[in-house]
Amino acid sequence: MAGLRQIAFYGKGGIGKSTTSQNTLAALAEMGQKILIVGCDPKADSTRLILHAKAQDTILSLAADAGSVEDLELEDVMKVGYRDIRCVESGGPEPGVGCAGRGVITSINFLEEEGAYDGVDYVSYDVLGDVVCGGFAMPIRENKAQEIYIVMSGEMMAMYAANNISKGILKYANSGGVRLGGLVCNERQTDKEYELAESLAKKLGTTLIHFVPRDNIVQHAELRRMTVLEYAPDCKQAEEYRQLAQKIHANKGNGTIPTPITMDELEDLLMEHGIMKAIDESQVGKTAADLAA
Amino acid sequence: MSLTVEQVKERNRELIKEVLEVYPDKTAKRRAKHLGQYEEGKSDCGTKSNVKSIPGVMTIRGCAYAGSKGVVWGPIKDMIHISHGPVGCGQYSWASRRNYYIGTTGVDTFVTMQFTSDFQEKDIVFGGDKKLEKIIDEIEDLFPLNHGITVQSECPIGLIGDDIEAVSKKKSKEYAGKTIVPVRCEGFRGVSQSLGHHIANDAVRDWVFDKGDKHPEFQTTPYDVAIIGDYNIGGDAWSSRILLEEMGLRVIAQWSGDGSLAELENTPKAKLNVLHCYRSMNYISRHLEEKYGVPWVEYNFFGPTKIAESLRTIASYFDDTIKEKAEQVIAKYQPLMQAVIDKYRPRLEGKKVMLYVGGLRPRHVIGAYEDLGMEIVGTGYEFGHNDDYQRTTHYVKDGTLIYDDVTGFEFEKFVEKIQPDLVGSGIKEKYVFQKMGVPFRQMHSWDYSGPYHGYDGFAIFARDMDMAINNPVWGLAKTPWKTAA
Repeated sequence: MAGLRQIAFYGKGGIGKSTTSQNTLAALAEMGQKILIVGCDPKADSTRLILHAKAQDTILSLAADAGSVEDLELEDVMKVGYRDIRCVESGGPEPGVGCAGRGVITSINFLEEEGAYDGVDYVSYDVLGDVVCGGFAMPIRENKAQEIYIVMSGEMMAMYAANNISKGILKYANSGGVRLGGLVCNERQTDKEYELAESLAKKLGTTLIHFVPRDNIVQHAELRRMTVLEYAPDCKQAEEYRQLAQKIHANKGNGTIPTPITMDELEDLLMEHGIMKAIDESQVGKTAADLAA
Repeated sequence: MSLTVEQVKERNRELIKEVLEVYPDKTAKRRAKHLGQYEEGKSDCGTKSNVKSIPGVMTIRGCAYAGSKGVVWGPIKDMIHISHGPVGCGQYSWASRRNYYIGTTGVDTFVTMQFTSDFQEKDIVFGGDKKLEKIIDEIEDLFPLNHGITVQSECPIGLIGDDIEAVSKKKSKEYAGKTIVPVRCEGFRGVSQSLGHHIANDAVRDWVFDKGDKHPEFQTTPYDVAIIGDYNIGGDAWSSRILLEEMGLRVIAQWSGDGSLAELENTPKAKLNVLHCYRSMNYISRHLEEKYGVPWVEYNFFGPTKIAESLRTIASYFDDTIKEKAEQVIAKYQPLMQAVIDKYRPRLEGKKVMLYVGGLRPRHVIGAYEDLGMEIVGTGYEFGHNDDYQRTTHYVKDGTLIYDDVTGFEFEKFVEKIQPDLVGSGIKEKYVFQKMGVPFRQMHSWDYSGPYHGYDGFAIFARDMDMAINNPVWGLAKTPWKTAA
């Protein structure tokens, strides 16, 4: 298992983590890498493009049916999809009940104990939204993912989330070996998106490893529950994911300890690029009526 | 050699300085505020209280769950109290604090039984509300004579956001308006068990009183009182109740030793609430006064002096017949108590005692010791508040060492230096001090004895203290290295 690389995709909810990760991992599989995807999101959609399935049975739902996680076998939870990519979904409770974070911890422990990582080159964790609690930091703790790739865009909140995730990585970077592999910008066509992503990467002490342009073919493939790599292997977008996959592969597990910035610095960054106007402090908190008076 | 008050104060100052020296600066600074001594004429004991314990020290405190399940709700005998969460909290609080009760356990009373939802991983991940519903159904099935259910929340319930209130309401509706009380007493809340008492009191208010009068047929009399805050440890409430009855009062409720849900429900109809454990039950007593106009009065049934004082205070709320009867009761028991004192006082005279307990006992038992000629040289509360330390000033003498939320280290050091003739504290302290050769009595559980309340209780109290202090075993224990040298 010396060559096992554990990577994780983090990013703001709805940013396209699952799409980006599945397409990139499909490209890695194309390169002959043996891959295991561990979905760490209660909505369990991290493997649908690989499996052509709506949602696979999750570890936690199967465990709840069987009694406890000890009653499960690895075969029960693991499915094999496109190019022999192995897929598991952690799953979790319905929104509003229970503890999804604990679910992630349970699932990852189960997979490790059952030897799910034997014989694969890559384990990829696809983690919900922000690092909201300890459970969602599980993949970046000691002996888990070594490289984190943050999927972001030029939107303020996506950058904010990227910065927060960096804080999570920093927390565990010194006790374990987790490093920030880089930012992946999933184009939203916001103003000066590329420049902004580059500067944020610089501020965080990392690099923008790839800028994935927006292309509708991704949506076409998704509607068919497929990656672009499988749906239209010759299209331009498939080539983009291949490039990203090659960069990740070439990264060889390296990365940096991120240097997260303050909210003020983040706002300054937006101002520097002219995205946000300087705030007139005297107008903060004033209603329209106040200002007119 | 007897020290003067000034010498005692000087020694106490030295002693406090000495224990603080071993702490890191910040800890020493914080602990210094909790250690002191009573200075005559002051309105409190000069110590801070009810703040969180310092990590790393050995504290003797419990948690909010302990305060609710163990103290306030647990002794309500005809209700089933579910320890909701992983099994440990329920397992280790099994069988109560010796809150005695009358009934057939497992049929119509349940105090010494343990009900738990025994949370597993899946209950944490998916939430435990469904399991709670199932448990309530099973309870209804297996124990049909239960009169109500409480849900005592352990820590995870608050962390995962289970909606136990919704479950309780739903199940209550299903079971014809049955009393089902969700209690948010997660252990991480507050700094000690004290907040658990408050939360449990509030739950009585919201889920029992606010449901309206359940017994409109109940006939009241002008002499109805409710005993609040006597947990009937070893039968304390019974030896108290008979005195109130002898003076012509009718006890319509016992909270919460040998108590029942119906008694709780009828308490607003009392003419007076007599409150023993102020610390754990003052909240509901104040509420009963504000909302139902029932006055409350604190009393102390430890030792004949305080009992007589308390009987007169309680009687002062009633007419002359009661006042006269109270005097008759006092007169009747006085010779019996004198006989007890005559027997034990010569054996206990001048013995020095250090206390460290919970609730109201760090002050309440002092009178009983003094009736036997004994002297309290140090006392402290596990989870007292400032009002407890104010009340303590009525009991202690100038120069009494005061230690709030004492640490294991401090307590050991104090006892080692002061060398009292008796330490009264809990099970965790018992063997430490006995191994130091210091006689010890558990003052939480009465060391499996009791009752200690009331006139009957005093006779037992006197015997037990004598038994501990004058036990010949202390003369038999030799220090091997001293004889060798």
